[in-house]
Amino acid sequence: MLAGWVIVLASFGYLGILFAIAWYADRRADAGRSLISNPLVYALSLGVYCTTWTFYGSVGRAAASGIGFLPIYLGPTLLFALAGFILQKMIRVAKANRITSIADFVASRYGKSQLLGGLVTVIAVIGVIPYIALQLKAVSNSFAILASYPEIIMPAKAGAVPVIQDSALYVAMILAAFTILFGTRHLDATERHEGMVAAIAVESVVKLVAFLAAGVFVVWGINDGIGDVFAKAAAVPDLARGLTAAGAPASYGAWGTLIFLALFASLLLPRQFQIAVVENVDVNHVSRAIWMFPLYLFLINLFVLPVALAGLLHFPGGGVDADTFVLTLPMAHQEEALALLVYIGGLSAATGMVIVETIALSTMVCNDLVMPALLRLPILGLATRADLSGLLLDIRRWSIAIILGLGYLYFRVAGEAYALVSIGLISFAAVAQFAPVVIGGLCWKGGTREGALAGLAAGFLLWTYTLLLPSFAKSGWLPDGFIAQGLFGIELLHPQRLLGLSGLDEITHCLVWSMLANLGAYIGVSLKRVPNVREARQATLFVGGAEAAGVSGWRGGAGVADLLPLAGRFLGSERAQEAFDRHARQRGLKSIQELPADTRLVSFAETLLAGAIGSASARAMVASVVTEEPLGIDEVMNILDEASQIRAYSHELEQKSLELRRATAELREANSRLLELDRMKDDFISTVTHELRTPLTSIRAFSEMLHEDPKIDLAQRSRFLGIIVSETVRLSRLINQILDLAKLESGRAEWTVTAVDVAEVIHEAADSLTALFAEKRVRLELDRCEAGLSVMADRDRLMQVMVNLLSNALKFVPAESGRVTVGASGTTSEVLVDVTDNGPGIQLEDQDLIFDKFRQGAGTADVLTDKPQGTGLGLPISRQIIEYFHGRLWVESTPGAGARFVFTLPRQAGDNA
Amino acid sequence: MSQRILIVDDEPNIVISLEYLMKKEGFQIAVATDGEAALQQAAEFLPDLILLDVMMPKKSGFEVCEALRAMPALMGVKIIMLTAKGRETEVAKGLALGADAYVTKPFSTKDLVLQIKSLLA
Repeated sequence: MLAGWVIVLASFGYLGILFAIAWYADRRADAGRSLISNPLVYALSLGVYCTTWTFYGSVGRAAASGIGFLPIYLGPTLLFALAGFILQKMIRVAKANRITSIADFVASRYGKSQLLGGLVTVIAVIGVIPYIALQLKAVSNSFAILASYPEIIMPAKAGAVPVIQDSALYVAMILAAFTILFGTRHLDATERHEGMVAAIAVESVVKLVAFLAAGVFVVWGINDGIGDVFAKAAAVPDLARGLTAAGAPASYGAWGTLIFLALFASLLLPRQFQIAVVENVDVNHVSRAIWMFPLYLFLINLFVLPVALAGLLHFPGGGVDADTFVLTLPMAHQEEALALLVYIGGLSAATGMVIVETIALSTMVCNDLVMPALLRLPILGLATRADLSGLLLDIRRWSIAIILGLGYLYFRVAGEAYALVSIGLISFAAVAQFAPVVIGGLCWKGGTREGALAGLAAGFLLWTYTLLLPSFAKSGWLPDGFIAQGLFGIELLHPQRLLGLSGLDEITHCLVWSMLANLGAYIGVSLKRVPNVREARQATLFVGGAEAAGVSGWRGGAGVADLLPLAGRFLGSERAQEAFDRHARQRGLKSIQELPADTRLVSFAETLLAGAIGSASARAMVASVVTEEPLGIDEVMNILDEASQIRAYSHELEQKSLELRRATAELREANSRLLELDRMKDDFISTVTHELRTPLTSIRAFSEMLHEDPKIDLAQRSRFLGIIVSETVRLSRLINQILDLAKLESGRAEWTVTAVDVAEVIHEAADSLTALFAEKRVRLELDRCEAGLSVMADRDRLMQVMVNLLSNALKFVPAESGRVTVGASGTTSEVLVDVTDNGPGIQLEDQDLIFDKFRQGAGTADVLTDKPQGTGLGLPISRQIIEYFHGRLWVESTPGAGARFVFTLPRQAGDNA
Repeated sequence: MSQRILIVDDEPNIVISLEYLMKKEGFQIAVATDGEAALQQAAEFLPDLILLDVMMPKKSGFEVCEALRAMPALMGVKIIMLTAKGRETEVAKGLALGADAYVTKPFSTKDLVLQIKSLLA
């Protein structure tokens, strides 16, 4: 006997086991040893796709249309087998952006639009409520059927029993309580629920085993195998028709529609997104799931057709709803245990769906609908409240209760008008509206917030008008005329033959119009403007994929992992590390790794950063890491502003340091010049000393000899005295010249500058030396001197130069054969004077040296008497003088062929030449 | 047999005075007026003592001194360096290169003669 209490006990026992599994998995997850980090668990948890709709409804649909139930499973199979990369991309993007739901995904993609997130949530809630209603209907029906065992009685129509006696209400309440326990025990920053995933995976196994057991019993227990079932069915003409693909050409269109719907539903239904994307542990699990999940779908559908056919054969006449065959066939054969197992399988299909769906929806409702609204109400002061986690959990709990309540309401209102499959398809068509903005958002960078809003709104409106409202109308909730004649009786507005489009089933009709409007509005409105900064940034993250988003290391407590490098970027990694260490110690933690990703840590990081980059930038930078808030143009401008100020300041510093460096270099150069001058002065003094001591040596030596030996003969005596006199003269001249040179070099010399006739000076100088030339019998020729050449100079100084050059020449030419000539000529700008001798000439390497102080030309002197007389200062002094008057003095000589000293002076304008 | 002295200086009047002074003391004299000539004369004349000026054309007194000390034929020759440059570093350098004495110009003729005699004793 299957008394009611046995069934109730079994139900609660099953739910208790599920809860234990979830609790254990959560414990394991907290301990860091995840139960669900496994591709098999991932693939099984994806089996949440198979709800009571699959468990009971597939057989019903197969009974009605043969293999027409298949598209619902071919869609996901195609998606996983052929387009697993889309799922992988979604997972990477979602992880990188910490996406918590499909609404979050869409909102984030189009610039974190709260409006968009809210719209997606509304569509999802409204779209999925019929689907939840479907689960309630299935569970309460299966309970009612099983409870009446051994009789097989179809349950009363929904709404026929008073609410208080309606088991569906209790199912809804129990499921709500169970879901609240499952999903909202604590708040997880990552919105991941490991326990739930583990429980879902177990449920997938339970429902598969239950269905396979029923199938095996039906095929081999009641009949003699598959062949027997099909042979019996083929014998009945009505049933044989169901074994071909489609009766009418339009049915092929319906197949395409269903495959399309199921394909996107398996990705975009809130629970599918939750399990496949949000709860995914490792993106690599997808590569196994792409064959495991289709395999699961294949197995769970393996016996659908045989069971449907066997059911139709066993219960001819339609007295038993085909949706219940899987349960009623074992019951009809008194297989109590199997019937209970099937019931549990159905229950697991329903609970799995309801739990995940309502948790996903409650997250969306809370995060994308309620919280943004509450935060905008200043009266509540939520924006400043420290801890909102309790409030968040309450909102989610209420959301779950309300969603299930709405599901029950829909069940009461519309549940009976449709078979299970049709209800599910309404939901599928609703979530299919997300396809353009999600898939488009992953592939096309041009989508904008307005485009997404327009597309979703248009698609949703048409879905409501062509599918949801007719479902109400069929239930008698709206006037019949709405579907009979169209809105206001206008045929073109007929919800299921919109603008005269007829010949399609209602789902295809809805899909054609809603997708057309959705895609058209999405693309059309998006193209109206270029994506703004936020949208472009998000587009890059989503379309560019994981590479652009930088996936690694994002899962789990991302606080320190994000904030530390961020702080390090501005403070230097060592300082940041130190600061975080200190912060951890202040909070009584052993290491940085223990720091929770909470608001204290964030505000600490912000304060830390504010010191370095200014508060506006710090807020923007921290916000960009903490919530992946895209940088607004204002914030970017602020950062640029502060950065440019800092840069200007550092530029100034750089300038200053450059100037300092330049000054240092100049000082160093000046110092080395001083040192060089000092060294030169030292050398000069040393040389001068030497030059002074040399004549002094002779004078002293001869004086002492004369003094000590009075008996020196007269000739010798007068020779010695002559030497003393000449050395004294030499000494005086030397001292004069040194003083003269010092005066010239220091610029203290006095100059009397007048117009000077060069030829006159030459003649005068020659006259003063006539005696010396005559004495050495050297010829002096002045024939080449042009008259009338005038320069601006000091006459005495110019005379000094001429005398110096002439006496130098005289000094070096041989006696008797010596010959010195002087020339003076003028160009338009210069007067050129040369003194040419036929002496020994000057070695090339000496031609510059002779103008240095105390460097005397060596000549060819290897005889004592050839030692040149003189101080070695004449030429340096002469050059100083000539250069003072802006002229040049140099020598041209071929050794052995005489020397030619030349000087030029600027010619005075207006002389008579 | 009188001792030989080589006078090396490029200043004619100084040579004249030294030559007179040394002859009066009874030494045999040779003269060189630059460094190269000094080495040549030293090798031929084989003096007992050399009066060596430092600042000379072609080879400085220091170079000559160094070269003389490397000549085996002149093992025992005494060298007195004469210089108008009285810096201590130069005195030290001259002594280091093997000079026996260092006399700065202008010198006392009496002291120079005494120094020569004591070196040749």
